[in-house]
Amino acid sequence: MERDNGIEVEGLVREYKKGPRAVDGIDITVAPGEIYGFLGPNGAGKSTTVHVLTTLLPPTSGTARVGGYDVVKDGPKVRGLIGVALQEAALDPLLTGRDHLRLQATLQGVRKDHRAARAEELLHRVGLADAADRKVSGYSGGMKRRLDLALALVHSPRILFLDEPTTGLDPQSRTALWEEVALLRREDGVTVFLTTQYLEEADVLADRVGIIDQGKLVAEGTPAELKAEIGRPSVHAIPHRDEDRPRIAEFLAQFGEPLASTKDVAVRLRSGLGLTDIVRAVDRNGIDVADLELRAPTLDDVFLAKTGRTLEGAAEEVAERPTKRRR
Amino acid sequence: MSSLPQVGAIARRSILRTSRQPASVIPPLIFPMALMAVNAGGLRSSTNLPGFPTTSFLAFAFAVPFIQGALFSTMNAGTDLARDVQTGFINRLSLTALRDWALLTGQLAGVVVLGVFQVIFYLGVGLTAGVRFESGPAGIAVLLVYGAIVSLSFGALGAWLAFRTGSGEAIQALFPVLFVFLFISSMNTPRNLIGVDWFRTAATLNPVSYMIECVRSLIITGWDFQALALGFGFVIALGLICLTLASRALRTRMTRT
Repeated sequence: MERDNGIEVEGLVREYKKGPRAVDGIDITVAPGEIYGFLGPNGAGKSTTVHVLTTLLPPTSGTARVGGYDVVKDGPKVRGLIGVALQEAALDPLLTGRDHLRLQATLQGVRKDHRAARAEELLHRVGLADAADRKVSGYSGGMKRRLDLALALVHSPRILFLDEPTTGLDPQSRTALWEEVALLRREDGVTVFLTTQYLEEADVLADRVGIIDQGKLVAEGTPAELKAEIGRPSVHAIPHRDEDRPRIAEFLAQFGEPLASTKDVAVRLRSGLGLTDIVRAVDRNGIDVADLELRAPTLDDVFLAKTGRTLEGAAEEVAERPTKRRR
Repeated sequence: MSSLPQVGAIARRSILRTSRQPASVIPPLIFPMALMAVNAGGLRSSTNLPGFPTTSFLAFAFAVPFIQGALFSTMNAGTDLARDVQTGFINRLSLTALRDWALLTGQLAGVVVLGVFQVIFYLGVGLTAGVRFESGPAGIAVLLVYGAIVSLSFGALGAWLAFRTGSGEAIQALFPVLFVFLFISSMNTPRNLIGVDWFRTAATLNPVSYMIECVRSLIITGWDFQALALGFGFVIALGLICLTLASRALRTRMTRT
C-alpha cells in the first residue's frame, strides 16, 4: 500500500487475558479523505479497535496499516501521522486550554515559532478563544470535547481517530462537533475514523459505516446502501387506548412482519404496500388509532436485521454481562 | 527531534500543576518548620546531654526539614503521576512523540525545581532564626545541591510508586510508612546518644539517618567528609535504584507499539 491517508485492517483480533475476544477478526478499509463511522453498542469492540489502530494496544493477530505504516512495526511513524481523541477526554483540570495546546504542540514537535500561532488558530477554530486562559476544571463537557479535538489537530494530522466524540454532549454541542469534523474532511482532506453508538451520528456524518457487534463486523457500506438492504419501510401505529394494542397488532400483522416495540405497534411492510393501503384498511375496518406513521429504514433496523437485537437492547445486554478484562 | 523541549514542557507542567494547588505548596513549607519549632522548644534540654554535638537544638534540628520536605515531594510527584495514569492522561502523552525517559526526566526536573525552592525557603527561615553554618557559604551551596539530589531521588521514588500502583490513593496511604523512616532515625538524638538498643540499631540501619547527618554536619560540624560521603552516597544510591525501577514501570504503563 502506498503512503496515503488510508487505513487497512485485515483479520484483526485482540484478546484479553481471561476475557472474551474484544475484536474478533475484522477487516476494514478506509479510503483517504473518507469519514468512516464505526457503529456499535457499548462493549462491542469499538474502543479496542481504536486502541490497536492508534498503537496503544498490540493486536493478538492480524494486521493493521495506518497511513501506509504497520501499527506494530512502525508505531512511532503511525503516531506522527494521526490525531486521536479518545473516549475519555483526558485533560488536566489544573491546566488552561492554552497550556494544554502549548504542551501538546511541544510534545508533537511543532516548531517553537509556530506553537503560539497554532494554539491561537485552533482555539478560535473550536470556539474556545474566550476560555483559553481558564482552567479546564471550569469547562463544560462540550468545551472539554472541543479542546480534546483541538489537541488532536495540533500537529495537522492526516488521519483522525475520534472515539465516541459526542457521548454525553448536548444536541447543540454535538451538532457543532459534527460540523467541525465535516469541515476537516472537506477543507483539509483529513481521513476520519469515528466510533459512535449514536445511529444519527453515523447516518449524518459518515461516508461509510461499519457495524460491529461482539467483536465482529456484521455489516459495512454507505448508510444508504445498508438501509437499502433492509429495503422496506415500517408502519407504526399509536393506539388511543392501551387495551386496543392486541387488536391493532393482529390487524397490522396482515401487512407485514411485526416489530418489537414498547412505544407503539409496528410492522415491517411487505413489498408493494404503502401507507395509503394501511390508512384505507384502517378506515374501512374502523380501527381506532391516535397516529399512524410510515418510517424509512434506519441503521437501527440494519443492526436489528443483522444481529436480531436493537442497538439499545444490545447495550443493555453488555451492561448486564459480567466481564473481567485484563491487558 | 530533540527531547530537550519535551523535557522542558513536562517540567513546566509539573511546576504549573503544583503552583496551582496551594495544598501541595503550603504544607511542605509550613509543616517541617512547625515540627522543627516544636522540637527545638520541647527538646532543648537534650543539649545538656554529655557528648551532644551542639548547644543549639535549633541548629541540630534544622537538618530534618530538608528530608521531611523531600518526603512531601515524593507524595506530590507520585500523586500527580498516579492521577495521570488514572485519568488516561498518560495515554494522551503516549500518543505523542514523547520519549519515556523524557517524561520521567521532565517530571523529576519539575520536582527538583520545587525542591530547591523549598530548600531556599527553609534556609531563609533558619538563617533568620539564628542558625549559623559552620561550613560557611560554601556549605550552603553544597546544601542546595544536596537538596536538589534529595528531591530528585525521592521524586523518583514517588514516580516508581505511581507507575507501579497507578493509584493516587495508594501513594497517599504509603506516605505514613515513609514517615516512619524519618522518625526511626537520628532526627531528634545523635545515634551514639540513643539509649534504647533496638532504636539505636534501627537508626543505624536506616539510610535516612545518614541523609540527616549529612545536612547536620554542614551546619554544626563544618566539613565532615565521612558524613557528606555517606549522605550523598545513600541518596544517590536511592535515586539510581528508584530511577531504574521507575523507568521499568513507566515502560509498562506507556504501552505502545
